[in-house]
Amino acid sequence: MAVTAAIHLDGVRFAYPTGFALGGIDLRIAQGEMVAVLGPNGSGKTTLLKLMLGLLHPDTGEVRFNGRVLGAVRRRELARSIAMVPQEIALSFTMTTAEVALLGRTPYLRRFRGPSREDREAVGAAMAATDVLPFAGRPYDALSGGERQRVILAMALAQEPRLLLLDEPTRHLDLSHQLRILSLIQRFNRARGLTVVSAMHDLNLCALYFDRLILLSSGQVVADGPPDKVIQPDLLKEVFGVTVQVEPHPTRHIPWITILPDTA
Amino acid sequence: MSHLAPRTSHLAFRTYLGLSIFLLLAFLIGVMQGAVLLSPATILKILLRWAGVSVGTVTWLPADETILLQLRLPRVLGGALVGAALATAGVLFQGLLRNPLADPYIIGTSAGAGFAATVAMLLLPPASVLGFGSVALSAFVGGLFAVLVVYRLARVSGQMSVVSLLLAGVVVNTVLGYLGSLTIFLFEGSEFQLRRVFTWLMGGIAIHDPRQLWVVGPIIVCGIAVACGFANSLNALALGEEGAVAVGVDLDREANRVIGLGALLTGAAVSVSGLIGFLGLAVPHILRLAIGPEHRRLLPASALGGAALLILADAAARSVVAPAELPVGIFTALLGGPLFLFLLRRNGRERTWR
Repeated sequence: MAVTAAIHLDGVRFAYPTGFALGGIDLRIAQGEMVAVLGPNGSGKTTLLKLMLGLLHPDTGEVRFNGRVLGAVRRRELARSIAMVPQEIALSFTMTTAEVALLGRTPYLRRFRGPSREDREAVGAAMAATDVLPFAGRPYDALSGGERQRVILAMALAQEPRLLLLDEPTRHLDLSHQLRILSLIQRFNRARGLTVVSAMHDLNLCALYFDRLILLSSGQVVADGPPDKVIQPDLLKEVFGVTVQVEPHPTRHIPWITILPDTA
Repeated sequence: MSHLAPRTSHLAFRTYLGLSIFLLLAFLIGVMQGAVLLSPATILKILLRWAGVSVGTVTWLPADETILLQLRLPRVLGGALVGAALATAGVLFQGLLRNPLADPYIIGTSAGAGFAATVAMLLLPPASVLGFGSVALSAFVGGLFAVLVVYRLARVSGQMSVVSLLLAGVVVNTVLGYLGSLTIFLFEGSEFQLRRVFTWLMGGIAIHDPRQLWVVGPIIVCGIAVACGFANSLNALALGEEGAVAVGVDLDREANRVIGLGALLTGAAVSVSGLIGFLGLAVPHILRLAIGPEHRRLLPASALGGAALLILADAAARSVVAPAELPVGIFTALLGGPLFLFLLRRNGRERTWR
């Protein structure tokens, strides 16, 4: 099956001046895939996402989006195809929910012009999909963590991207909000073929919602495949140093882990 | 979707209408006030006659006409231009640097212009190009040169960072500020010269020749118009640098242009007014408290507000101890300070800066 990779990393190496490095990454992610990036803190998940967004440039190797090297595409054009949901945003001014979501239309705005009707419709649709319309006029800072996460997602969806990158979208959320946001992303993936690459921590949530898991350790890909291939006790013991027991999920055909704390 | 077609349209109209009336009133007060009080009727008649409209018999002194056309009008126009330029540059730098303490002088202009102007006043012979004296020209060149130095210092590793820009600005401002002081000590000028340096550093609208307006005016008016084109990028910068890049802002290119434009506006203002403090810091804050942080609205509104406020401050500066004059910087602080504090207290519950 000859699928054009939506995002293609070819021998990507990247080192921060402080020493941490991501080494020799080769990855192909096809249009419409739903991929989780896993790994311990500091294993390079966020760095990998920033390379895919073109916020960081590889020291060697190439990142291609739909066949084009990221560095050669104008930022404005890139932002119409790739959107990022960061862990959090710190606004320099107090802004309303609608004003924040509207910033997602920046790559479509013309100089000296405000948002067009088309822009407002796109933002309205994104806000409706993420269910943030009820507090459109409220200040972003007054919202709860779950609400903020949905506003940021609305902003990213307003960009009408083909690739959505998310950096731990369920962080700080309670269980119901975690499921809600992942179902929402999954719906966009299934219904519109949106390619999703998300950094994640919770292995069980990964198994529930993602088709493909990429496990990072110290800046290297150590496993890549469907959940039942990546969620293996010996692999997780090696990468996370944690003992787990893996059983089939009671109702779904996915692996389910139980953590066994060291009692020694 | 009414909450999405937000407060903009009719609020924007009300904002511009209110600010335009304020500017018009300031203009009227500006041309009336001074050592000689001119009535609005006299002003109107003189202006109409000057424009070629017949207004019947001349009922005013010839001196009134000279005062209005040769002194007050250029001065009020100069004040409006300088105030608009400083307020716009303030919005540009506060938005780009994401820092509430940023003002038009923050990246080196004040000390560069101040140092060059001090040297010119103490050491250079008076010269004149298009009505600009050696002091004005030195200030303009010195201000831009200092910004260039700050910019180069902040760009060491190929990429520019906001933090290094701020730090380099503070350092260059400090070093050049003390070099200016050193110059004053080493080349002991006459009392007159020292007074002149001191007055210049506190700011004052000085239009010696209407030709100055024909040079500075187009630079400032065009500069403000171009500045409005950066509104969308400045809005996106509220997300932080990475956030702005993620929504499609070519940060390096936009930052370069904003810095260049801000420096040009500030340099043009400084060349006819010396260092007028507080205005470029306070006007953007005052308007942000009044109409919110959205730059498409904030940029033109700040230009109007800055123009009106400086006209009023300048009218006060030449009226309070008439026929002598006080540095206008005293009045920008005395007028702008309380207004700023009033709005800050009134809107205390919903701060605009985080």
